[in-house]
Amino acid sequence: MALKHQTPMLDQLESGPWPSFVTGLKRLAESEDKPYADMMQDLLGQLEYSYTTRKGFWKGGTVGVRGYGAGIIPRFSEVASKFPESSEFHTLRVQPPAGMHYDTDTLRKMCDIWEEHGSGLIAFHGQSGDIMFQGSTTEGTQAAFDALNEIGFDLGGAGAGVRTSMSCVGGARCEQSCYNEQKAHRMIINSTLDDMHRPSLPYKFKFKFSGCANDCVNASHRSDFAVLGTWRDDMKVDQEAFKQYVAERGRKEINDQVINMCPTRALSMNDDDTLDVDNKSCVRCMHCINVLTKALSPGDDKGVTILLGGKRTLKIGDLMGSVIVPFKKLDTEEDFEELVELAESCIEFFAENALEHERIGEMVERIGLINFLDGVGLEVDPNMVTHPRTSSYVRTDDWDEEVAKWEARKGAVAAE
Amino acid sequence: MSEAPRMPDECGVPDPMPLMHPVMRENFGNWAWHDRPRPGVLHHVAKSGAEIWTIKAGTQRQMDVYTIRHLCDIADQFADGHVRFTARSNIEFMVSDQARVQPLIDKLTEDGFPVGGTGNSISMISHTQGWLHCDIPGTDASGVVKALMDEIYQDFIHEEMPNRVKITTSCCQINCGGQGDIAINVQHTKPPIINHDLVANMCERPAVVARCPVAAIRPAMVAGKPTLEVDEKKCICCGACYPPCPPMQINDPVNSKLAIWVGGKHSSTRTKPTFHKLVVAGLPNNPPRWPEVADVVKRILAAYKEDGRPWERMSEWIDRIGWPRFFEATGLPFTRHHIEDWRGGRSSLNTSSHVHF
Repeated sequence: MALKHQTPMLDQLESGPWPSFVTGLKRLAESEDKPYADMMQDLLGQLEYSYTTRKGFWKGGTVGVRGYGAGIIPRFSEVASKFPESSEFHTLRVQPPAGMHYDTDTLRKMCDIWEEHGSGLIAFHGQSGDIMFQGSTTEGTQAAFDALNEIGFDLGGAGAGVRTSMSCVGGARCEQSCYNEQKAHRMIINSTLDDMHRPSLPYKFKFKFSGCANDCVNASHRSDFAVLGTWRDDMKVDQEAFKQYVAERGRKEINDQVINMCPTRALSMNDDDTLDVDNKSCVRCMHCINVLTKALSPGDDKGVTILLGGKRTLKIGDLMGSVIVPFKKLDTEEDFEELVELAESCIEFFAENALEHERIGEMVERIGLINFLDGVGLEVDPNMVTHPRTSSYVRTDDWDEEVAKWEARKGAVAAE
Repeated sequence: MSEAPRMPDECGVPDPMPLMHPVMRENFGNWAWHDRPRPGVLHHVAKSGAEIWTIKAGTQRQMDVYTIRHLCDIADQFADGHVRFTARSNIEFMVSDQARVQPLIDKLTEDGFPVGGTGNSISMISHTQGWLHCDIPGTDASGVVKALMDEIYQDFIHEEMPNRVKITTSCCQINCGGQGDIAINVQHTKPPIINHDLVANMCERPAVVARCPVAAIRPAMVAGKPTLEVDEKKCICCGACYPPCPPMQINDPVNSKLAIWVGGKHSSTRTKPTFHKLVVAGLPNNPPRWPEVADVVKRILAAYKEDGRPWERMSEWIDRIGWPRFFEATGLPFTRHHIEDWRGGRSSLNTSSHVHF
């Protein structure tokens, strides 16, 4: 089947070595035996029109599936008179399996469903981690969702609610994994689904799960609640393997690329080419472990550090997540349940105290970290700051009482 | 009586265990070490002695069902019928036998899926929806990425950069693409053009007023209709008013420009995470291949590749050489717009006598 619209601009994106999405769109448009062919003909036409006018032509609206208040991104064309067949082109946001593992049987079923009920265009994955089934009509949306739901997949988040989450490959393949990322991901999200499917929070709330400081799913900045793996005992050193690296790569390279790049000067090479580690100074940044994978690895007493409040520009400017829990064990069912309880407390406090369209990081910026910690029942810790305050504008009438609390906490830890 | 409608099974996040490659499932949480035998290939060894090779390939992210089935055919024939995707839309095939690595690489390469994206390469550019599907885009996403990946293809399939390079694109200043070693983001340069006939019906006006970061929006009456107006002297052209109020059109074919930012980093590896910083603005939004953007990106990459030391990310390289040398090495101008005047901006000033000559 010939293409209905000329696409000279898009045609230029078919050449070159990288896989071309335009070639894929055209193939869908040329599948004349398929129900989506006409829709994709006009979609190509509208996209070319955007390329020539340098403007977007989609508007939102209200489309949903029974029982849910989110998860469908409605798109209606503003140029439907020119491109009527793609006048409705909604996206279903579908949550991926934790760690984004698939077997081909599942992927083929998704293709079959989307070929029957949608446009045949799927993105793996959106920036929050959703599988994006792009291009359904208002009428086709419910049937597409029902079919995906029947094979075990559920809609993700949109709007002012809990959003779809991501976890790194973690324990499935990575020796640097410090906790069961997929379990934490599934437990937290599956216990906050009500706030995802029927969003009524002040604004969006994102969780992300990375197994170590390398943060492969960008949790620190791209989530409101970041769970990062770490450990608190000594890192492991296989001295024979370390010496082997020195023998192979030379002292200069190991000094330049490992020892001298340690951010806290916790490493030094001994005269016999073994490694000296000052574990009390180490901040578990992962650099040396990344370089010398056979010699160095995280310790045994693993757990997580939790950062809160990461977000991009709107409205007050960028915020990195900051530490609210320096270390938490995540071994037993009880540990995981405590993590879920903390997540729920944060959402609850957010729901009650944030202004409309204010992210939790912005709320903390407005009310101060101390008020937030009091609200969710967390104790202060020097790991929460880069340095203590520099401003003297603070009332310290209750200094002695606060010191007593610190002493009591220290005593309790010592007694453990 | 008609049948009750089907209600959703709120099953949430699928359990990956049944979908996972069996060697990964069997050795879950018990891996010992890994290495990279060649670009695009990871080799992991479990404490049990089991081994798995991962072959990573680039995709176009926005995939038609034919492409997905094609990748499934490759997985069934050359791997073990399992794949996973990375956060940057690369696909990973796993094999438990080293002899199966090369045939898989050959097949992927032959079929047009570049093998790479590991270690100190430039990985796939993370991108957003753009003109294909977004309701507020200033530019396209998939097209910008396709055009740029064609240009930097060699650095995807090789590992020749000082450290990994993460590039992101975003079609508006909300920046859904996120932080990047290099970020390519729309930067509007003119206040919104308001259709006063539509504001009262389409916009919740107090919410729009509250959305403005610089309090430049106020209620107004125009031709007897309640609407909103913008104090254009205060307006920073960020476009925050446009999503809640589409009649406040911020996108403009000429005045919506592209800006390039460098030095964003998510990981806590070595240095703490950093935000990307503005280095160039005012580039034209020039589809279908955005050559002016590609030119600047390639200049920055060339300078970093030339001068960065092993393991230095973009931000760490610039920390070492200093911003004057960055602008010199890339041939880019430094202007008054590079100096932060947003809240907290003072922390970006040089409060020392440390000066680069």
